[in-house]
Amino acid sequence: MEKSEDVPVGRKGLTRRELIKRSAALTGLLTVTASPVVPVLRLTKEPGSASKNAPGAKQKLRHWCMVIDLRRCEGCVTINQPPQCTQSCIRAHFVPKGEQWIEVYERKLPGGGSYYMPTPCYQCENAPCVNVCPVGATYHNREGIVLIDHNRCIGCRLCMAACPYQRRFFNWGAPKLPPEAAFAEYSPEYPVPAKKGTVIKCMFCAHRLANGKLPACVEGCPMKALYMGDLNESIASNGVEVVELSRLTDENNAYRYKEELGTQPRVWYLPGYGQRFGRKPNVPREFKPPTWPWGEDGFNRRPGVWPWGEDF
Amino acid sequence: MRARVVEDYSERLEHSVLHHLTYTSKGYYAFVLFLLAVVAWGLYAYSTQLRYGLIVTGMRDVVMWGLYIVNFVFFIGISHAGTLISAILRVTHAGWRTPVTRMAEVITVVALMIGATMPFIDMGRPDRVLNLFFYGRFQSPLIWDILAITTYLTGSIIYLYLPLIPDLALMRDRLGPDASALKHRFYTSLAVGWRNTPEQRQRLERAIGIMAVLIIPIAVSVHTVVSWVFAMTLRPGWDSTIFGPYFVVGAIFSGIASILIVMAIFCKLYHLEEYITEKHFRYLGYMLMALLLLYLYFTLSEYLTVGYKLEVEEKHLLTLLMLGKNAPWFWFFVLGGLVLPGFLLLRSGRQTIPRIVTAAVLVNVAMWVKRFVIVVPSLQVPLMPFEFGAYTPTWVEWSITVAAFAAFMLIFALFVKVFPIISIWEVAEQHHEEEVVAPARLAPGSASRSPWAEPGGAP
Repeated sequence: MEKSEDVPVGRKGLTRRELIKRSAALTGLLTVTASPVVPVLRLTKEPGSASKNAPGAKQKLRHWCMVIDLRRCEGCVTINQPPQCTQSCIRAHFVPKGEQWIEVYERKLPGGGSYYMPTPCYQCENAPCVNVCPVGATYHNREGIVLIDHNRCIGCRLCMAACPYQRRFFNWGAPKLPPEAAFAEYSPEYPVPAKKGTVIKCMFCAHRLANGKLPACVEGCPMKALYMGDLNESIASNGVEVVELSRLTDENNAYRYKEELGTQPRVWYLPGYGQRFGRKPNVPREFKPPTWPWGEDGFNRRPGVWPWGEDF
Repeated sequence: MRARVVEDYSERLEHSVLHHLTYTSKGYYAFVLFLLAVVAWGLYAYSTQLRYGLIVTGMRDVVMWGLYIVNFVFFIGISHAGTLISAILRVTHAGWRTPVTRMAEVITVVALMIGATMPFIDMGRPDRVLNLFFYGRFQSPLIWDILAITTYLTGSIIYLYLPLIPDLALMRDRLGPDASALKHRFYTSLAVGWRNTPEQRQRLERAIGIMAVLIIPIAVSVHTVVSWVFAMTLRPGWDSTIFGPYFVVGAIFSGIASILIVMAIFCKLYHLEEYITEKHFRYLGYMLMALLLLYLYFTLSEYLTVGYKLEVEEKHLLTLLMLGKNAPWFWFFVLGGLVLPGFLLLRSGRQTIPRIVTAAVLVNVAMWVKRFVIVVPSLQVPLMPFEFGAYTPTWVEWSITVAAFAAFMLIFALFVKVFPIISIWEVAEQHHEEEVVAPARLAPGSASRSPWAEPGGAP
């Protein structure tokens, strides 16, 4: 880029050397002042590329959401299993040990009973995590899903501090995964294998949605309590039935968790305690925590009090 | 007669300050070696962390920030000692500031350097640190931090350097013939041709004046954006509108306490009792008291407004702070950092200096604890229906923390070997002002009569 024309020539006998010097300085100055434009220009580009190539994405832009029917969810205690949504999620993404991208909590009911609440990432529309990320490593894709670019994340964990639902996890050490995980082709839509020192979370199985499949948790739920929906078309499916999304939410008192925070989650709950399958709210049954086929002692390996301790 | 006294004064001043630059005791070497060993140990701990990742720390998914962030806030707080306070005193023409400003400014620069490294140590992927420049988003509070801190560091270095120039020139001129060529070149180049001409003086005064005014808003912005890293989240205890001023006041509070401690140390080591007198401790003690009351006020309004309403997560936090696991820390901060120093500062009587310095030490320890109380318990509060989070720092974190303090002292110790710790020319000028100009002004029949002097003052 040569800017020598812009320099006023003539007057006061400008030497050639002076002219070259000044134009170089001007070019430098312009480069420096124009440099903030670069990130702005980058904003116009779409970071996620897989969703664009997806079949169906060309015709329609989805607006993904999830509806969780708590009347059907009984934490898999009646089948005496760990929650199957969590289990199939772990299997589908080689989730590092200790992380539950979709986690099932047991919550109290006012009368002393309890109900179960599966919690994926809520993919908030006004996502606090996306707002605070210093490097734009976490972002919304065109279909509204909050993704993480694990090749860009610097591991500052500000997004974890910002998330009011604690749905983000950190790979504190190098995750111990089965060998086949190494063959996976990484993309923000399919963050496998998990990378050390980065933040990771549920991404609504963006890689499966792009291929016309339901998320792993929706498919894995034996009670069909989870519905994947498209807000644009107002349609939702749990794998066995297809329902009208607006009717499902409107007719069943759907609510969003911590609605008052204004984060506008894309996950709705239909209140209940597993009554569809005859569960009584106050029948105590032990909730089984999920298990990982890999990881061994890798997770929870803590250094001792002193450097000469057993671990590190 | 008086001129002679003044000459003696500046000669004595030069001697007592410059003496320590040429003479190094065995104790100094031992101390520096010890600090180097501690820093080396910290580096070893950090290398462990680099190898295994942050898993070697006590942080986990629930409490995902720990000692590093505590140290970050603490050191950035300390950094408000110097530049801000010295700038305020300069702008308000407080003449007594002169022997203190240099120390204060060095605290700022060193504390900023140490504090700014802390978030980088805390990073999960330090190898990607350049992403902050390639992909930095101005919407993120972390980027505000980086901008504010680098600006403040640059400004503080300039503000430290400008008043150093006449002293550097003095050292250039006083170097004996047996001083090494390197020393000569070092001081000559840093003194940038200072000849103490009236024009140079005028320009320097102007430059210092401009920097003093500029640095105040920058310093305020720094701790404001540090607080916004927390206040921009929806966490109990952090989700607060007064966090900006609360942090700024806390920073100045701990900053003044640090100046008092550093003053006391150098007073003892360098025998500067003639220049750093009880008056200086008393005046800074008043400032400390004022800031203590301000901080008490902010603390009260912060916890009362939250505690009165008892929103569920805030209630968890307050229980944790006041009755639960963190109660010892919280009450240590309240009693040891506010109440006890308050009494110590208010008590008049003998032993002014030990009293004020004790209060300053208490304040600084308590302010570190207070930063812990700000960072960790808020993260322990469950935001989802699960148990309270737990956090126990590991030896890696403690080692790096101790090494950070050692590095602070090390850089300080090295600085005072190369540069005078008291601004010689400013102290001499102030002394001249007090001893020669002011009495002359008051003297009857003097030509340079002060405008406030009574017209009929002479008998």
